Amino acid sequence: MTNDDDQTNGPRRGRGPRSVETVYMEERAAVMQALPRLSRRGFMKVSLGAMGAAAAAGVTINPHSFQPIRFVPGARAAEPGAAAGDVGGGGFRIAYISDSHLYKKELNDRFVRSLLRAVDDVNAMDPQPDFVLYGGDLAQLGQPEELDLGAEILKSVKAPLHVMVGEHDWYFDMGERWRRHFGDDNYSFDHKGVHFVVINSVVEKDFWTARGMSPMERMKTVAGLDNGKQSSFTVGDANRAWLAGDLAKVDKGTPLVVFSHSPLYKLYKNWNFWTDDADEVQALLRPFKTVTVIHGHTHQVLTNRIGNISFHGMLSTAWPWPYAPEGLPEMTIQMNRPDPFNPEDGCGDGSVIVHPDGLVDKVYGLWNRNPMTVSAKYMTSGGEADRPKVPNAKSY
Amino acid sequence: MPAGVAIDTGVAKSIASTLMAKWQAEHPDVDWEADERASRTFVPAHDNSDLIGEATQAEGHTYRNVTELDTLLWKRETEKAVVAGSRVFHSGDELGSTIAVSCDMCHPNAANTHPETYPKYQTQLGRVALLRDMINWCLVHPVRAEALSADDPKMRALEAYIISQRAGKTLAYGKH
Ligand code: HEC
Ligand SMILES: [Fe+2]
Ligand SMILES: [Fe+2]
Repeated sequence: MTNDDDQTNGPRRGRGPRSVETVYMEERAAVMQALPRLSRRGFMKVSLGAMGAAAAAGVTINPHSFQPIRFVPGARAAEPGAAAGDVGGGGFRIAYISDSHLYKKELNDRFVRSLLRAVDDVNAMDPQPDFVLYGGDLAQLGQPEELDLGAEILKSVKAPLHVMVGEHDWYFDMGERWRRHFGDDNYSFDHKGVHFVVINSVVEKDFWTARGMSPMERMKTVAGLDNGKQSSFTVGDANRAWLAGDLAKVDKGTPLVVFSHSPLYKLYKNWNFWTDDADEVQALLRPFKTVTVIHGHTHQVLTNRIGNISFHGMLSTAWPWPYAPEGLPEMTIQMNRPDPFNPEDGCGDGSVIVHPDGLVDKVYGLWNRNPMTVSAKYMTSGGEADRPKVPNAKSY
Repeated sequence: MPAGVAIDTGVAKSIASTLMAKWQAEHPDVDWEADERASRTFVPAHDNSDLIGEATQAEGHTYRNVTELDTLLWKRETEKAVVAGSRVFHSGDELGSTIAVSCDMCHPNAANTHPETYPKYQTQLGRVALLRDMINWCLVHPVRAEALSADDPKMRALEAYIISQRAGKTLAYGKH
């Protein structure tokens, strides 16, 4: 089982250095493996045995209730290489990792291990992606040691890496440490005929000075998704001016892919699933023939289409967010509600297949589940064709 | 009240004051309630002002002679318990997390906590669970803290906040 969580912290259950999650997942695995081989009577025996072990460990579980995850064997390993065929002449693939929310590892090594898992995923892709995008929120509280740790881990990504900033990286020192590691927060580059833009969309107007907040108080305020003291995300005048200038140099027929941390539309203001100047930003993108926005921050499968612009979210490696209680775009096919009994469920990484025409397939590499693809065909048909499978556990 | 039953002042003490006394001693200059109210979104407690006034049927009785003061007191105290719960819900320290994780990280505005679905058979626990059982499960597992006893002021406060955030949802016990 890959789920050996946290060797150093947390309650122990009298079984050496293994964590509650480790013990729990081992028991769950043992039961699941045993299931197919058993008659009903044998099954009851195993169940009771496992329950006894669990009870001794102080955890109450009922093994017969474990719902095995239907997982296409080898799907994850095969996925990157297998789909390369789909890419066709001139198409290419990029990979993404996002929202790792690292604390220093002495405090929380679960999040560190999840980022490592994502890096392994991406490094195992065959063929390798043309580049890897890191989608922001590398750190949890913008601490220098958190960003240093993240930067160090990301050094082991084999393919070229582009990093985007998230609010958790920024609001302790207003991006100073982040920029020292990763350079400008707005930049663009061309790759195989596609114009890529990375833009800082987490600019909040000053809510801290008047309240006399320390840098840490400011950071913690922004770090709370449902903290209403903060302002809304914007790209802001300065970054928008930069974007306008950058795009002015690009032919309108050139496929455009924009990476932003927040979704560049208005979904749910209370959680900053929102960009306040989204209308102005979209106006800059609209003249282009083919536009895709790939964003972080929402930690879930999230799909939207506004005019000719396709929007795709990225998964987090740390935890999944619930869906917003209102405003969910019609194009979004939800991912299944995550299993709270597995800290990596609902998390993952993924890739983006860019077709020769600049349209993209967005692949959500959900850990522990089959990957979910939101294809260009689904997007351009307005959700008519190539619909991803609908989950049975929708949010409510 | 039946004869011989005294109000237990220990139990009657509000969730909020029990919980906040220590914190307030350490932060004498902060109004914790105002601070928490400014930081989060709350659902107001039910407004009972329609009960105020001449209670003809209750004439001569004290019970159900509702004054504005009564309704204000109810609302204030109830919301205070909820706001105290919000503080706990949003604080890894208050929860005793050993890995600096708080409930709001995965449940902003208590989303996906579904208090209206309890009691229900929690498949993974293999038994019928109450809301507090699942609060405790999340405390021990994702949050890495110690479980709370059912009458712990923090548990009571967490329940208060979680339920308040889901106000208006239809009770659907047993729903998955
Ligand atoms: C790392 C993520 C994470 C953290 C932190 C977390 N939970 Fe959960 N919790 C989950 C997930 C995932 C579910 C399953 C949600 C679903 O079924 O939609 C869940 C389920 C629940 C449920 C049951 C919901 C239902 O549908 O029956 C409750 C209640 C709950 N959590 C309370 C809490 C409380 C209180 C805390 C803080 C002490 C907390 N959780 C912390 C991830 C988390
Ligand atoms: Fe994030
Ligand atoms: Fe974010």
